Amino acid sequence: MADLFEGYPTGNAWDEMTGLVSSDTEEATSADVWRAQYAQLRGTMARLSPQEIRARGDALARSYLAQGVTFDIGGEERPFPLDPVPRVLDSDEWNTLAPGVAQRVKALEKLLDDIYGRQKVVTDGVIPRALITSSAHFHRQARGIVAANGVRVQVAGIDVIRDSEGGWRVLEDNVRVPSGVSYVLSNRRAMAQTFPELFSSMRVMPVADYPRRLLSALTAAAPTGVDDPVVVVLTPGVYNSAYFEHSLLARLMGVELVEGRDLFCSGGRVYMRTTEGRRRVDVIYRRVDDEFIDPVAFRQDSLLGCPGLLSVARLGNVAIANAVGNGVADDKLMYTYVPDLIRYYLGEEPLISNVDTWRLEEPDALSEVLDRLDELVVKPVDGSGGKGIIIGPVASRAELDEARTRLRLDPRGWIAQPVVQLSTVPTLAGDRLRPRHVDLRPFAVNDGNDVWVLPGGLTRVALQEGELIVNSSQGGGSKDTWVMGRSRWVEDLDEAGDVVSGPSLRQGPAVDTHPDAARHAQDQQQQQAAAVAPATPVAPPVAPTTDVPEAPTC
Amino acid sequence: MLSRIAESLFWVGRYVERADDTSRILDTHLQLLLEDPWVSEDLACRSLLAVMGASPPPVGPAVTPSHVMQTLAYNRLNAQSIAGALDAARENARRARETISTELWECLNTTRNDLPSAIANRTTPEFFAWVRERAAVAAGITDSATSRDQIWTFLVLGRSIERADMTARLVATRAVAGSSGPSWTTLLRSCGAYEAFLRAYRGNASDALAAEFLLLDPLFPRSVVYALRQAEQCLVTLGEGNDRASSESAVRILGRVRSGLEFRPVGQLLENLPAEMEEVQRGCSSASDAVRVRYFPTGLHDDWVGERL
Repeated sequence: MADLFEGYPTGNAWDEMTGLVSSDTEEATSADVWRAQYAQLRGTMARLSPQEIRARGDALARSYLAQGVTFDIGGEERPFPLDPVPRVLDSDEWNTLAPGVAQRVKALEKLLDDIYGRQKVVTDGVIPRALITSSAHFHRQARGIVAANGVRVQVAGIDVIRDSEGGWRVLEDNVRVPSGVSYVLSNRRAMAQTFPELFSSMRVMPVADYPRRLLSALTAAAPTGVDDPVVVVLTPGVYNSAYFEHSLLARLMGVELVEGRDLFCSGGRVYMRTTEGRRRVDVIYRRVDDEFIDPVAFRQDSLLGCPGLLSVARLGNVAIANAVGNGVADDKLMYTYVPDLIRYYLGEEPLISNVDTWRLEEPDALSEVLDRLDELVVKPVDGSGGKGIIIGPVASRAELDEARTRLRLDPRGWIAQPVVQLSTVPTLAGDRLRPRHVDLRPFAVNDGNDVWVLPGGLTRVALQEGELIVNSSQGGGSKDTWVMGRSRWVEDLDEAGDVVSGPSLRQGPAVDTHPDAARHAQDQQQQQAAAVAPATPVAPPVAPTTDVPEAPTC
Repeated sequence: MLSRIAESLFWVGRYVERADDTSRILDTHLQLLLEDPWVSEDLACRSLLAVMGASPPPVGPAVTPSHVMQTLAYNRLNAQSIAGALDAARENARRARETISTELWECLNTTRNDLPSAIANRTTPEFFAWVRERAAVAAGITDSATSRDQIWTFLVLGRSIERADMTARLVATRAVAGSSGPSWTTLLRSCGAYEAFLRAYRGNASDALAAEFLLLDPLFPRSVVYALRQAEQCLVTLGEGNDRASSESAVRILGRVRSGLEFRPVGQLLENLPAEMEEVQRGCSSASDAVRVRYFPTGLHDDWVGERL
């Protein structure tokens, strides 16, 4: 019987299913060499015909359309493509990644505290002062504005990739308003409904805990003396590309989703307008960029924020999460210093390496990069969503020449990296599986005591063959990301010999009794949803005026 | 609850009901045109447009049922049309996405998604039936799976005000078109009220009784008085009627309209039906305005004055 996995080729990069790269050709077709978690996945998926998989993939898409799990391109809502084949990480892989992510977040926390404080890191010569002062996201206004528990990064998204040997590398840090976690949550739910047999044969670490963790981190950031803080999510509005996410998080946390116009400041406090009059707000999980959050402090033409918010935050009467001014820490030039910062602040060696990066400010680096531009990737330091990236090997001569001019004019604005062949994961293409490039954005939540990393994260996948840019705005999709875990109760269950006592009221999904599967059943896994639209939400400077429900004229 | 969210919910209620009622009104009248060759198509269509608040084209080619369908059923850019109302209901629901249940959201979202194919692939009566069914699903979810808190109250407040308004328009179509308009029986049928009416009056039907039923019946949920009373109850739940503020409150407006209907002889109402029904519509409109002023204040007029902290 034809099976989806048959004839799975080696691609041009390290493949997460086979553990092989293109030089290893022959063996790829033999399942014997596959990594264990994928052999297990195949064991279950191979029982489904390609037609069945395709039909379920269509069901996934329909369910996303019905749920409105969409992202916005140029004002048009599209369902976010979710590939039906999950990406599976075993617990060892995860246990090398998650602590590395948490380590990075801890160092960035200390860095931000220092930058907006005494700047010892500069005095001690770890980073140049100009790195801070030349950052577009260093806001002097943000000094002294920090949550009562001292946390500036309640939520971080650290983008990682796997290199040609399968090792993890950090691609960039996001400590402003990282997005995409909603797709982790909704992908998981959709996958569990669509492929119940996969979940009963594999133990996937759950992701549903995220909203509770987020809420508790937000609550922990509340102003001192507020016992039962009122938490809200602040969104730019329905036209924002991440509106789906804002509304999902508010719903799952059971808090209000507010727009700037719902808020007002008075007497040193922030209030929201409700049907019963004003209600005080204590913690704002803002999904509006710094520049738009308070027209008094930043852009005066912004209608997305709330005038006076920063003053109230400075008084300590409201907590803004993540803190204003965090952008200075996730600048791509700052990224090049993060390994040093980890050593400086934590006294530890970095658990995950950076991708090798040239700082164009250094004259030697600049001239080398200009020479080798056709083999490198250059990125704007504060870009997002894949915008402005120039990939040397595929760029035209004219594009390269233009890039050279721009790099010379503004070396601070760019970094260069070698082209990294992102790892590949089997992905449905037609009625066959083919290797497609992926990245991963794990999400970390910091409540002040501990940095918790959501098991899994958003896997974005480039659906076109060979494409290395995975952003949804560039035709990317997502995959549910599963972290397999061990679980005490699963082992107990196995020892009990699968005997079910008591009347069974309902026939659940069939349990895989294949010997291999049974052995692996001890590994509890959870899947995670892949995410979408990774781009930082871009707030238009002026709120659309069509937001008000239209009154009938009759 | 956030004022902005309450406003969205209010309009979700109104738009869903508007789609439902518009399909009922159009269904009845267009069917009538087909069945009765003596009716002036142009005149009937113009009356229909007028009573639905859409200005009929001035002079020119005769207005046809297909023109009416374009304007009042299929035009997605017009929130008075069925398709426009369904779009608007979904858009408002999206703004209140974190507040309403997933079921209600998915119902409104899939309805919106299915609109193009419903318009393209269904006959007119099938389209109307589909709209009524989708509205019934939305209403069913609202009633069976929503806490009786402010979410439900604002949804139902919007629904009730719209329903009173639309039943008044339905009744007015009878008045406008005169004897060539739909019979009272037809009107009852379009509201799903015919059987209820027969049970109430044991087949002893007369025009006056039918009118009385649609306007005043205290038990039938689509009668004007029932809908007005439901709206009043919602307002009372929200706390209206307790304060002695001098401002014109929605509950007073609605109460006045309702008692104007309830405590007058039916004969008197029937004599001047168009004006009476316009009065109901005006009342609904000012009540809606009063609700907006009272519960949905926007920040547009607050000026930031650089408060000293």
